[in-house]
Amino acid sequence: MRRLLWPAVVLVLLLALNVFFTPSFFSIQVTEGHLYGSLIDILRFGAPLILVSLGMTLVIATGGIDLSVGSVVAISGALACLQISEDASLFTAVAAALGLCLVLGAWNGFLVATVGIQPIIATLVLMVAGRGLAQLITGGQIITVNSPAYKLIGGGYWLTVPFGIFIVVAVLAITAFLTRRLALGMLIESVGGNAEASRLAGIRARGIVIMVYAFAALCAGVAGLMISSNVSSADGNNAGLWIELDAILAVVIGGTSLSGGRFSLGGTVLGALIIQTLTTTIYSIGVPPETTLLFKALVVTAVCLIQSPSFRAKAFRRRGKVPSAGPAAEEKVQVTA
Amino acid sequence: MIAPAPVLTMSGIGKQFPGVKALDGVDLRLLPGEVHALMGENGAGKSTLIKVLTGVHPADAGTIELAGAPVAFASPLEAQHAGISTVYQEVNLCTNLSVAENIFIGREPRRRGRIDWKRMRARAGELLARLELSLDVSAPLSTYSLAIQQMVAIARAIDIEARVLILDEPTSSLDGDEVEQLFRVMRRLKEEGIAILFVSHFLDQVYEISDRMTILRNGRLVGEHLTERLPQVELVAKMIGQELEELERMHGEAGVFDRPLVEARELGRAGAIEPFTLTIHEGEVVGLAGLLGSGRTEIARLLFGADHAGTGEIAVGGAPVALRTPRAAMNHKIAFCSENRKADGLIPDLTVRENIILALQATRGWTRPVPREQQDELVGRYIKALKISPPNPEHLVRDLSGGNQQKVVLARWLILEPRLLILDEPTRGIDVGAKAEIQRLVAELSGGGMAVLFISAELEEVLRLSHKVEVLRDRRLVAELPNDGELTTDVLMETIASGGRAS
Repeated sequence: MRRLLWPAVVLVLLLALNVFFTPSFFSIQVTEGHLYGSLIDILRFGAPLILVSLGMTLVIATGGIDLSVGSVVAISGALACLQISEDASLFTAVAAALGLCLVLGAWNGFLVATVGIQPIIATLVLMVAGRGLAQLITGGQIITVNSPAYKLIGGGYWLTVPFGIFIVVAVLAITAFLTRRLALGMLIESVGGNAEASRLAGIRARGIVIMVYAFAALCAGVAGLMISSNVSSADGNNAGLWIELDAILAVVIGGTSLSGGRFSLGGTVLGALIIQTLTTTIYSIGVPPETTLLFKALVVTAVCLIQSPSFRAKAFRRRGKVPSAGPAAEEKVQVTA
Repeated sequence: MIAPAPVLTMSGIGKQFPGVKALDGVDLRLLPGEVHALMGENGAGKSTLIKVLTGVHPADAGTIELAGAPVAFASPLEAQHAGISTVYQEVNLCTNLSVAENIFIGREPRRRGRIDWKRMRARAGELLARLELSLDVSAPLSTYSLAIQQMVAIARAIDIEARVLILDEPTSSLDGDEVEQLFRVMRRLKEEGIAILFVSHFLDQVYEISDRMTILRNGRLVGEHLTERLPQVELVAKMIGQELEELERMHGEAGVFDRPLVEARELGRAGAIEPFTLTIHEGEVVGLAGLLGSGRTEIARLLFGADHAGTGEIAVGGAPVALRTPRAAMNHKIAFCSENRKADGLIPDLTVRENIILALQATRGWTRPVPREQQDELVGRYIKALKISPPNPEHLVRDLSGGNQQKVVLARWLILEPRLLILDEPTRGIDVGAKAEIQRLVAELSGGGMAVLFISAELEEVLRLSHKVEVLRDRRLVAELPNDGELTTDVLMETIASGGRAS
């Protein structure tokens, strides 16, 4: 898989950088029957991002984008914590939260596919309104819960491994099954690759698009459960804040084009891991806190440039021969003529 | 009539693209004060010639003389400065800007470095007055109709002391009144001594406005004629490429078909095709003949549910049906290979295999994938049967040649085993071998009971395959001719040219 090469190289470079600064970076210990170590931390804290990114991958593959996933993360955590704080069973709480997320996602899909609003605007609605909804659910407070069962989802361990990792693996397996073993992936790529040709081939794009947005919201909902479970509380304001941007970044770093079409689940997982590793790296190599965002931005810019075939071609050509500007200039003239 | 000296002369123009000789020894001369029509079917070289003239492409051979002096334009801007202006088919304007801004975009009158709005508006008004138009030049262009937008594009083009004005299919999106308005402007410009090169697929318009025409076919010059001396039927023959006397009888035949499959009654769509009535029987090959833009594709799209019909009804197998979506048509076993395989057919990023099974997969829905063995078997079979090259199902379809891409789209529909297969220009732009294969395939399929609606610009091909031929002209179905012993390509051309009035 050539497409996974560059993200993999970047991830390896980042890990190597960490080992250079922290020689014990790769060591994993078992303490009280739990696995500990930096790598485990990356997987554990990166789990919500991976989930959100998986949903985002499918949305982007249809040629869309979903800005509302961060708000959905907050809503999901808020509703689940509210239910648990009102002594509902874990199952009821989780089902209610995820059910609401599905409805919200389907709403996004409805706006995009049926009403025909541009995805960035359609999901912006829920991105803004969703924070309000989360506030409404929590009554403007941070709801704290004390439920060991709920704690397991994002903060617990099973068979010495953080439980969240199992969730990620399960969701990844289900997504891969739906898209690659069943025909969903091909139809999504077809709709994203050429919508009109897909319509003329008899694909019912509307249903597929609605389903994909609902799936993205569901993934965000699960991520929201993990995040709130990990801290045993729901914060409507800050849970999942800006996670949509990290997710979009993960998808792009993973090699899925923002214009839709071909997507790569493996690439997205790598992309999300790169972002999480980067966050860890910033702490481990001791970048001053006030410059962390700038540092992150620089690394991400570099990664995106390395990823871009046209940038690589350009950088390569500049070293080689002088680029001819002739044809490009002509094209421009033609437009204005 | 004594012809004045030509303002522009192109002689012996040749242009080679990789693998194609787009132009070969073409001459064109434009006389001041004349509307000159450039005629030819698609791919005849009209647009290449215009692009060579305006400096988009350099010519490989031949000379261009403007007012007696040899010229070679390196860019459209140079050509424009020399007085050759072009208005393209798609209006190249910004509809969100005002009329005046559009006219002067990039060369706004300035005073002390700032745009002189007052002067700009005044000059825009003057320019439009020259075209007998009185518009609010500060209103956004989008408030005006397409025809007016076209005029604004012309106003912009003629502002720079134009000696030659090239209008590339300016009327294709205009209605009757708007065309008249455009023609009035063209006549006025003609009186001012501007030479106008006019490209259109509408024969009536060409005969109404043009004084002289140059006909191209397959990149070669067929001839230059005075419009009034060239009957329409001869023009069609020259464009399509047969001398009237050479026409020989092709072997298609009229058949007796008594099991109607698809019946369209007064089916129509405003602005696309006038209401038409058409019955396609099982096992019948129905040819659609007509020039480009005559409504061939529009009929196909209505029968496939790709567009909504405004009037009329369709029955499949005797039962009335509503074909609101392509999927509905597919459920009635109707398949459609679009003429524009890039925009309407292929998913370029997917593989040959995925493109071929796409329609089959669509009918099954995403939950029931076509098993991989069945995919490989189907795809392998059609790659072999249609000789798709390279014969690698995992090749990305965008890397294939045009003919092979066409075969991929064809394979996509054939695996659905349709009862009616609509083929819109299936043999355009593909080599002779592939063409013959596709023709043989169509004959075979109809022999097996499949109905085929066959659209082609090549009349021989239509005659060779069809049992009956529907003739279209100017978005109207004008005649239905059984392919009996009497039907020849010259009868067809006669019908196209006369609009069925003679027959």
